[in-house]
Amino acid sequence: MKKNSLIIVNEEQLVENELEEPQEGPVHKKRNIVTENGRCITRLENMGFRVGQGLIERFTKDTARFKDELDVMKFICKDFWTSVFKKQIDNLRTNHQGIYVLQDNKFRLLAQMSGGKQYLEHAPKYLAFSCGLVRGGLSNLGVKSIVTAEVSAMPACKFQIMIQKM
Amino acid sequence: MSRQIRKSGIHTIDWHLPALSSSGSAHHISTELFVLTYGALVSDLCKEYSNDEEINHRLETMGYNIGVRLIEDFLARSCVEKCQSYQETTDVIAKVAFKMYLGVTPSVTSSSPAGDEFSLLLDSNPLEDFIEELPEGHSSLLYSNLLCGILRGALQTVRLAAHVELIQNGGKGEKKTEIRLSFLGRLEENLPKSED
Repeated sequence: MKKNSLIIVNEEQLVENELEEPQEGPVHKKRNIVTENGRCITRLENMGFRVGQGLIERFTKDTARFKDELDVMKFICKDFWTSVFKKQIDNLRTNHQGIYVLQDNKFRLLAQMSGGKQYLEHAPKYLAFSCGLVRGGLSNLGVKSIVTAEVSAMPACKFQIMIQKM
Repeated sequence: MSRQIRKSGIHTIDWHLPALSSSGSAHHISTELFVLTYGALVSDLCKEYSNDEEINHRLETMGYNIGVRLIEDFLARSCVEKCQSYQETTDVIAKVAFKMYLGVTPSVTSSSPAGDEFSLLLDSNPLEDFIEELPEGHSSLLYSNLLCGILRGALQTVRLAAHVELIQNGGKGEKKTEIRLSFLGRLEENLPKSED
């Protein structure tokens, strides 16, 4: 439990750190801030990717081979999510054609922010790392994907995974 | 289905506090997420900055911001009494705080005669679990500098000024992580500013 406080605080600090990176150029226009945001989110996602790769290796050391893609996704939703976020994914939907939507109704990294609209626009930054985490995990299980996340109402969020055929 | 429990080698965290967990059982928390995240963070910083000073400073600043908030979490979860001396403060840091968050207890050594400087020696530093050696070109990188910032931020928020320095990285072989803690005195009642 305590470790997770540290992780969450660390996570928040990670995001803050990314956003405080010095801005290039003499003028701070809105456009600059938007691209800066994008850059930070990319960096966070890449970090999450590396961590996800490492984590999944350790988690699946002794598990059996996965039967198919759906099996992999179920693993992510149950075991992986539980190990990292201490709970399972609440809802998994798929169109059976490579798109999966994972719904978490109380995402741990958002749970400590107030509900309502106030921080809605900042939520994506906190989700970027987790998207990378999932993408990295899937990558080392042999599944190439694109992972995005959206928040419509704090602290619930949806992760959309699009499987890329290699 | 059974939840998979992962242990990172010898660093299984088995710490639980009474009256907070409804099931009352010990939780095995994986440290791997935190250690891996920290590693990714440091290597990201190494790519961004080539200057070790800058990286160390950034880590310390991030640690500071974490410490400012972490102290509240710590005080809420532990039941420590108000400390009466710097020695006691250091002991609490080593025996309670480190144990709670990292699962290890550093030894407190090399205290100064005036009783305001101490060294925390970590036999095994969980942050460096997966580190073989520092990357090339970064020989003066203070890998665990985040911890120094955390201590400084936490102490500042309870109105104790301190200078915290990482004297030595841990690593393979004989080296132990050493953190030097120097108390500078009490602070006025001001809110600490968030560092840039």
